[in-house]
Amino acid sequence: MTDLLAEYLPILIFLVIAVGLSAVMVAASMIIVPQKPDSEKVSAYECGFEAFNDSRGQFDVRFYLVAILFIIFDLEVAFLFPWAVSLGNIGIFGFWSMMVFLGVLTIGFVYEWRKGALEWE
Amino acid sequence: MLETLLAHPYLAHPFVAGYVVPTVIIVVQILAIVVPLLVAVAYLTYAERKVIAGMQLRKGPNVVGPFGLLQPLADGLKLFAKETILPAGANKLLFLMAPMLTFILSLIAWAVIPFDQGLVLADINVGVLYLFAISSLGVYGVIMAGWASNSKYAFLGALRSAAQMVSYEVSIGFVIITVLLCVGSLNLTAIVEAQRTIWFAIPLLPMFVIFFVSTLAETNRTPFDLPEGESEIVAGYFVEYSSMAFALFFLGEYANMILMSGMTSILFLGGWLPPLDIAPFNWIPGPIWFFAKISLVLFCFLWVRATFPRYRYDQLMRLGWKVFLPFSLFWVALTAGVLVTFDLLPKA
Repeated sequence: MTDLLAEYLPILIFLVIAVGLSAVMVAASMIIVPQKPDSEKVSAYECGFEAFNDSRGQFDVRFYLVAILFIIFDLEVAFLFPWAVSLGNIGIFGFWSMMVFLGVLTIGFVYEWRKGALEWE
Repeated sequence: MLETLLAHPYLAHPFVAGYVVPTVIIVVQILAIVVPLLVAVAYLTYAERKVIAGMQLRKGPNVVGPFGLLQPLADGLKLFAKETILPAGANKLLFLMAPMLTFILSLIAWAVIPFDQGLVLADINVGVLYLFAISSLGVYGVIMAGWASNSKYAFLGALRSAAQMVSYEVSIGFVIITVLLCVGSLNLTAIVEAQRTIWFAIPLLPMFVIFFVSTLAETNRTPFDLPEGESEIVAGYFVEYSSMAFALFFLGEYANMILMSGMTSILFLGGWLPPLDIAPFNWIPGPIWFFAKISLVLFCFLWVRATFPRYRYDQLMRLGWKVFLPFSLFWVALTAGVLVTFDLLPKA
């Protein structure tokens, strides 16, 4: 257990150093360099126009669709990782089990393709 | 000298010998990765300008220092000396956290990259999974920047970028699976060692091409740089950023490019291995081969940028979901089928 944790200790220290480095870089610039904000400077950039409305308004529902499809396929990849590593030990039965699973997912993929979920016009 | 220093009574104290000395050694190792990485990032921006200039018959930066070699330092100093503008409508904390997150993620991914046999900071046995997780988290920096800026361009750019990054991540996942099938381990050193007989770029050539194109999309490079398409949404998700907050995005993006090139080298081009294990090639140390391969892949990044026009967004999504995803899924099944049929699978 401690050996396992010791392997990850460098990553933790690396994380601390990276956080420190990025914080120092931003903070040093903000402290050393004179900051003179005014109302024009801090207004949102919109090619010189006054902002018409709030920028956090509506957006295309397809982005949600992409996110949902991503979750499905990324989970599939997560299932494939242990299978790919151990395929040599689980043999032909392991191979066909995963092929059935991939087949089911392919049917779903074909369905969403035919339904037009992947179209952007 | 070092021996007498290490034999000092202070260092023999159990707390110092058990905790302080190992920590100091790890910190030195980390700095030995971070400092050359940041120098490499600086000179990648220089190389980009020089390479593109050469391809367009221009001179590129040539004023600051000999051959313009000090240009990246001048750029960095200029960015440092600018005012950090915090937009009035912005969510200030998230606004500053977003570039920091991008930069931090692009640094800590290097913890598991092996530069040579045994020359790796953390030789964890789930190295590939760690890299995959870190590159997935990259999308948070973009989303946070776009939402916290409270600006229309930033918001649109962040949405586009997030959708693009997650789309291509799926095919990157499948490509990694095909490599894992041939290796039977998630450890990056084991992946490189498995390529002693042949680099995976040759038997898995179509996957190599898909991986390279997907890394272009994943790092928002041309021809997939719609998130920052300057002719329509100005700069996308970092339109409101200035000074060091902008610089961190910039550094993070270029460090990610180097990281992705490193991943390409490790997964497909044999990492630190020489092309042929014979006399003139294996005299050259491994890290130099690794560096040469990363440089080659990075040159292709720059070459692509100088050559191709930008994709349209519907073409981009079509390529990701309707071409790369089915093809890489098919190739996973094909690779597994061939390996099982001819009994070539690595056994534990």
